[in-house]
Amino acid sequence: MTVNVRNPLSTLRSGLGAAFAAVALLAAGGAQAADLNALIWCDHSDPALLQPFEEANNVKVNVKEFEGTGAGLAIVDQSQPGDWDVMVIDSIDVPRGIEKGLFEPLPEDKLPFADLFPEVTMDKSTVVDGKRYGITEKFGYNTIGFNKSKVDPADMQSLASLTSDKYKGKIAIYDYYLPVIGMAALAIGKKTADLTEADLPALKAELLKMKANAKLVGEVTASQTALATGEVDILVGGGEWVTAGLAKENPALDFSIPKEGAVLWSQSLAMFKDSKNKDMALKFIQYILSPEGQARLATSACYWGMPSNKKATLTDEQKKILRFDEQPGFLARAQAYPAPNADLDKKMQDMWTEMLQAQ
Amino acid sequence: MSVAGTNGRALPWALVTPALAWTLLFFVLPFIAMGLSSLTAHEGGALTLANYSQFFTNPSYWRAMVNSLEVTATVTVISIVLAYPFAWILAEQVPERWQRLALMLAVLPFWTSYVVRSYSWLLVLAQNGVINRALTSAGLIAEPLQLANTRLATVTGFVHFFVMLLTLTIFANLKQLSPSYRKAAADLGAGPVRTFLHVVLPLTLPGIMVGAFLTVVLCIGDYITPQILGGNNELVMPQLVMMQIGRRGDFPLASALSIILMAVVTVAYLACARWLKIERA
Repeated sequence: MTVNVRNPLSTLRSGLGAAFAAVALLAAGGAQAADLNALIWCDHSDPALLQPFEEANNVKVNVKEFEGTGAGLAIVDQSQPGDWDVMVIDSIDVPRGIEKGLFEPLPEDKLPFADLFPEVTMDKSTVVDGKRYGITEKFGYNTIGFNKSKVDPADMQSLASLTSDKYKGKIAIYDYYLPVIGMAALAIGKKTADLTEADLPALKAELLKMKANAKLVGEVTASQTALATGEVDILVGGGEWVTAGLAKENPALDFSIPKEGAVLWSQSLAMFKDSKNKDMALKFIQYILSPEGQARLATSACYWGMPSNKKATLTDEQKKILRFDEQPGFLARAQAYPAPNADLDKKMQDMWTEMLQAQ
Repeated sequence: MSVAGTNGRALPWALVTPALAWTLLFFVLPFIAMGLSSLTAHEGGALTLANYSQFFTNPSYWRAMVNSLEVTATVTVISIVLAYPFAWILAEQVPERWQRLALMLAVLPFWTSYVVRSYSWLLVLAQNGVINRALTSAGLIAEPLQLANTRLATVTGFVHFFVMLLTLTIFANLKQLSPSYRKAAADLGAGPVRTFLHVVLPLTLPGIMVGAFLTVVLCIGDYITPQILGGNNELVMPQLVMMQIGRRGDFPLASALSIILMAVVTVAYLACARWLKIERA
């Protein structure tokens, strides 16, 4: 006979985790079994996006926002199986959820794959053992966002401008290490997919040169505010996700895809294996990937981005702001986010910390 | 007698049980969980001290603690220097009937959201903000000064908040001070300055220390103000803790850094403990 004795501290920790998860779920809106519970980024909490789906399917979508895959997966870790139905996740991080056994394979035949930009399906990350676990719903670029009334747009066609004296003190850096390290890699002629530990010293030197030119390193709101208020003229790591939403108020804000290339960001939707509401979860994913859902997601109040579905029902003006028709050229020059393993990821984050602390 | 005795002992316990339960549930148990987490590896979950050793071996992490201590010390000293005369004017110079209103006006900024207040400071200190525009218009500077996104901005945001807090604790202390102390000092030939330095200041030290302790605790653990006003041009400890969680979800390292921060706060408490004792009536 085998008796399983649990470490009392482990029991305590898991008990506390479950309690906190219950509170998180309550905070998400007092979930009921028939509701759809979604772990999302802020662009999915726009009522203009959710209401049409809720009304059409007579369902309440309870959303819980998170920032960063680590924080999202921690919420799942502390939840009971079945608490969550769908999750928005960085496409490159889909494997992290698969490794934890969290996600359900998606039925490709029931999703509009043929209509997606083929460059953004991110099969290397979203398909494992022939099964698809994530579908790209939105994408864009971490590149150079700028105010074209303050800088020479021709200069913005090269990453070298970011470290030139001409723009010293007029630059903000987006505070997310992976895409900006990706941009540093492009600046020194490295491919983002090939980065190894041996590249770190050269990347660090490039980051320090950027920091020496920068006025601030800010998260989404801070960097967006700095560009919008004229505190800085250039945002390293910026792109349509910063400039498009502000286009009406400030049409001078724009972005470039420099000659060295840009870093492609991409977010995916995944369904939880333990979802108790898989039919509705699939309907939600189908809605978000539909031309109407894609147009609403692309122009969400929180931030704009390119819809992954080419048939998104955007207006001509919205397409112009997102530079929809230029995408084939942009995508040809873009490179994926660096996707380091856990060890290199930690070293990259520590390098970023050193850059932040550098005076 | 024995029943009455038991009841007599039970009542105090019954009264403090809710507070004890609250502390146990929302401080002791989470603290134990955090301590346990800090001793496990991020990958694999094995027992390890590596999370603590990282702090002592990585100069960037160590620098975050130095930044935190420097900012906290600066904020505490400036806040005391500004709050003391303010509290003294309120307690000694403002007529009794206006004191309540004056105090309410003094703490009015407390009524606004902490985040909103920080963003407001960002607008005041920005390149196109009130200060730079005023200085430029007056011809005092040709180019705008970099005030926002600096340590100066972080300290300014903190001081605005903590001056109010210290004013309250020092004001309360000054009001408790019997006028007879000052009269006695005057009778013994001490002038106003000597009376202040040798009588009033030492007797208001508890108010200063209580306010200073609260300032240290709240300032060293604050994430919002350095994040909004500091521009990430240097990291303080709470920002370093948050960095570990965002993408990588490294809760063990975040826990270890938090416990180190708590240890520093404990040292601050011990330094102030003499003045933080609750006086029994």
